[in-house]
Amino acid sequence: MVNAVTTGADAKVSVRNLEIAYGDATALSGVDLDIRENEIFGVIGPANAGKTSFLKALNRMDMFNPEMKVGGDIHFSGRNTRGLRNVYALRRRIGVVFPLPVGLPMNVYDNVALAPRLGGQRNRAELDVIVERCLRRAALWDEVKDRLDTLGSLLSGGQQQRLTIARALSQQPEVLMLDEFSIAVDPVTTMRIEDVLKQLREEMTIILVTNLVQQARRLADRTAFFLDGRCVEIGVTEDLFTGEVRDQRTRDYVEGRFG
Amino acid sequence: MSRSSVTDFDRRNRDWYIDRLVQAVVFIGGISAIVFIIGIFVFITREGFSFIATEFDVSGFFLSQNWRPTSESNPTYGILALVAGTASVTGLAMLVAIPFSLGAAIFIAEFATGRVREVLKILVELLAAIPSVVWGFIGLSIMNPLIIEWFNVPVGLNVLNAGIILGLMAAPIMTSIAEDALKAVPDRYREAAEAMGATRWQVIAKVVLPAAKNGLLGAVLLGVGRGFGETMAVLMATGHSVNIPTSIFDSVRALTATIAAELGETAVGSPHYQALFTIGIFLFAITFVINLTADLIVRGIRNK
Amino acid sequence: MMFAASGQNDKDRRIQQLYFVLFGIMTLLLVLPVLIILTTLVVKGGPALSIDFLFTKPTNGMTAGGIFPALLGTIWLVLVALLFSVPLGVAAAIYLSEYAPENVFTRIINLAIINLAGVPSIVHALFGVGAFVIFFRFGTSILAASLTLGIMTLPVVIVATRESLQAVPQAFREACWNMGATRWQTIRRVVLPNAVTGILTGIILEVSRTAGETAPIMFTGAAFFLPFLPQGVLDQTMALSLHLFVVSTQVPDMPEHLPFGVALVLIGIVLIMNSVSIALRMYLRGKKKW
Repeated sequence: MVNAVTTGADAKVSVRNLEIAYGDATALSGVDLDIRENEIFGVIGPANAGKTSFLKALNRMDMFNPEMKVGGDIHFSGRNTRGLRNVYALRRRIGVVFPLPVGLPMNVYDNVALAPRLGGQRNRAELDVIVERCLRRAALWDEVKDRLDTLGSLLSGGQQQRLTIARALSQQPEVLMLDEFSIAVDPVTTMRIEDVLKQLREEMTIILVTNLVQQARRLADRTAFFLDGRCVEIGVTEDLFTGEVRDQRTRDYVEGRFG
Repeated sequence: MSRSSVTDFDRRNRDWYIDRLVQAVVFIGGISAIVFIIGIFVFITREGFSFIATEFDVSGFFLSQNWRPTSESNPTYGILALVAGTASVTGLAMLVAIPFSLGAAIFIAEFATGRVREVLKILVELLAAIPSVVWGFIGLSIMNPLIIEWFNVPVGLNVLNAGIILGLMAAPIMTSIAEDALKAVPDRYREAAEAMGATRWQVIAKVVLPAAKNGLLGAVLLGVGRGFGETMAVLMATGHSVNIPTSIFDSVRALTATIAAELGETAVGSPHYQALFTIGIFLFAITFVINLTADLIVRGIRNK
Repeated sequence: MMFAASGQNDKDRRIQQLYFVLFGIMTLLLVLPVLIILTTLVVKGGPALSIDFLFTKPTNGMTAGGIFPALLGTIWLVLVALLFSVPLGVAAAIYLSEYAPENVFTRIINLAIINLAGVPSIVHALFGVGAFVIFFRFGTSILAASLTLGIMTLPVVIVATRESLQAVPQAFREACWNMGATRWQTIRRVVLPNAVTGILTGIILEVSRTAGETAPIMFTGAAFFLPFLPQGVLDQTMALSLHLFVVSTQVPDMPEHLPFGVALVLIGIVLIMNSVSIALRMYLRGKKKW
C-alpha cells in the first residue's frame, strides 16, 4: 500500500466525494482518489461499474446531458472544475478516446488537424508535422499516409479508433483518457499502441479505463477497481495482482472469478 | 509542464465570447417565430380594434347573414353567410380529400414499394407545390365550363367547383402527414401480427391504423385548417356571392375571399376596413385553435 | 386475436387484393389531376409562350404583349424575402437544433412555428398591411410585401434546416466537444458543412413557395398594372402570381391563351424549383458520408 495515497495538493486530478446519477439512477458514488502527474492510472471493473461515467465527469460532459447529475469536487491542476466558466478550455487539456470510434466526416488530415486549428494554428507546415506525428503514434500513419484525403468517417472501425486516438493526441493534452480503446483494434495494433502509451507517460498523465485486467497490469502504475458504482480499491497495480488487497472482491475480479 | 498554464486556466477567451455571441444571435432567430405570431395578433387587433370596441355586437356579427358593408344608408356586417360559404366549401373539400388522402397514405406507406413509392411521393409533393392562384385559375377556366356542361347549370363557379379544388389542394398535405403517421408505427408491431399469421390488410386494419389513429386525426385537422384558410382559390372558384347555400351548385363567398376582394377598396380606418380586420382576427383565432389541437393530438402519441 | 384459419386464407387474400386495388385507384385519382392539369396548361398556354412573351411589357390594357414586369417583380419579391428570412430561419433552426434546452419555452417556439405556417395567407396579408405598410410606414412597396412573404415562409426554412442539422449524428458533435471545441466551433466545422445541401434544399423550396403566393402581396406591394419597372425596394411592383389573378378575373376581352400562358410560366417556375429541390435531396441521400 505504499504510495497508494497522495495528498490532493500535488495531484494532477483530484476527486473528492464524487457522485454521478442519471435521473434517479445512481451510477457512481463516494469516489475519492488522486491521479498524479505523468502516471498511467488504470481503472478496471465489470460493466456498469461507473467507469465511463467517471471519465465523462472529469471532462465535464455532463453539460451536454441534462439527465446526468454530478456532485462532489473534481480538481484539475488544483482548479475546481465544478465552477468553471470556460469548460472548453478544460476539455482542450483533456484528450479522450471513447470505445465507440468516431471518425468525423472530413478527411483524415482535417480530422487530426482539427484540434490544432481550433487552437488557432494556421501554419500548414506545422500542421503537417502534428498530423504525421499523431498518426504515427496512433499506429495509423502507414495505413493512411497515401490517402490523407479519405473521409475519416469511412475508414474501418479499427482505423477510426486509431484516428480518434490520433485526434486526442493532436490536442497535446495534459491528461489523456482512454476508455476500452482496444475494443475495435486487433491484438498486434493494440500492442503497438500500448508501447506508445508507455512513452507518452513522459509527456502527459494517462487514465486508462479497461475491461482487460492484463492490459492494466501491463501499463498502469496504479489501478482503481470500480464495482457497482463504487471505487472498491485503489493501489499500486502490482499489489492488486499479487494479492495485497483490502477487499476480497478485488482479488476475485482480478483472478477472473466474475466480471 | 502544465503548472505554468494554471494561471490562465479559466480565462474566457475569444472562442468563448464568440460562442456566447452566436448563442445570443441564434436565440433571436428562435424567438422571432414567437414575436411574429404575437405581432400578427397585435397588428391585426390594432387595426380592427375600434370596430370591436364600438360597432361590434356578437349576435349581429356572427348571426346575421347581411354582409352589406358598402351600403350608403345602413351598412351591416353580418358574417353568417360568409361562414356558411367557408364551411360548405371546406366541408365538401374534406368529404373529397379525407377518404382519398387516407387511402393514398395507406397505399403509399403500406402497399407500394421501391420505385412506385418514390414516384408517388414525388407526385404528391409536386401536387402540394401548385400555388393557390393557379388552383383558382384551374377552377375558373377548366372546372367552370366542365361543370356547366356536365350538370347543365348556369354557373360553374360554386360550392362544387371550389370544394373539389380545395380538396385537391388539401389532399397532398393530409396524405404526407398521414403517411408519416403510418410510417411512425414501429415495425415490431407489424412483425408481431405477421408472426401470428395475419395478412397485410389485417395487419393494417387491426394494428397499424389503430396505432396511428392520433397522427391521422392530426393530418385531417391540418387539412381542415388549410382548407379553411385558403384564399385565392376560393376567391376565384366560388362565384363570390354572399349566400347561404342550399345546394352544391350555389355560388357562395368565403371569409378569406371577402377580405381579399374588399380590402383594396376600403379606406384605411373606415368601419368596413376594420370589419375586415375583425374577420382576420376570427380566422387567426380559429386556425390557431386548429393547429394547437392538431399539435397536441400528434404529440400525444409521441409521448406515449 | 386469432388470424387466418386455413379455410379463411383464400378469402383473406382476396380482401387484401381488393384493398390494394381500391387504395391504388384512390392514389391514382389523387395524383392524376396534376398530370391532367399540367397537360392542359401546356396545350392551352404553350402557344402563348415565346421569348417576347417573357421579355416584353403587357400592352393593350394587358390583353396583349408579355409579362416581363411581372416576372421581374416576382424575382424582386423573392430575393428580398429570402434576404430577410433565410438568415433568420437558419439562425432559428440552429438555435432549436443545437442550443435550445428541452423545456416549455422551446415547446412554445415550436408551436409558434407551426402556427406561423398554419395562419391563413390572407391573415398574413392583413398583418403586412397593419405592420409594414401602415405602422412602419414602408407604404405599399416591395419591402413591405417581401417582409410579409418572408415571415409567412419562414417555417419552410426553419423546418428544412432543422431537419438537415438533426440528420448529422450526435456522435460527431460529442467527438468535437471532447476536443474542447465550443458549440459554435462544432457547428461551424462539423455540423453546418454536412447540413448545407439540406439547407439549400429548403431554401429552393422556399423560393418556390414565395413565388407562388398571391394574397400576402395583394395589398402590401404588388400592383395590378404599372407602367414602369421597380427601381428599389420602396417601389411597388407587378408580380406573376397576382398578374395571373388579374388577367383571368379583372380584365374584359382577354384572349384565352394569355392567362394560360401566365399560369404555365408560374407553375413552371414553381415545379422546376421543387424538382431541383427533390433532385438535390435524392443526390444527397445517394452520397453517404458516414
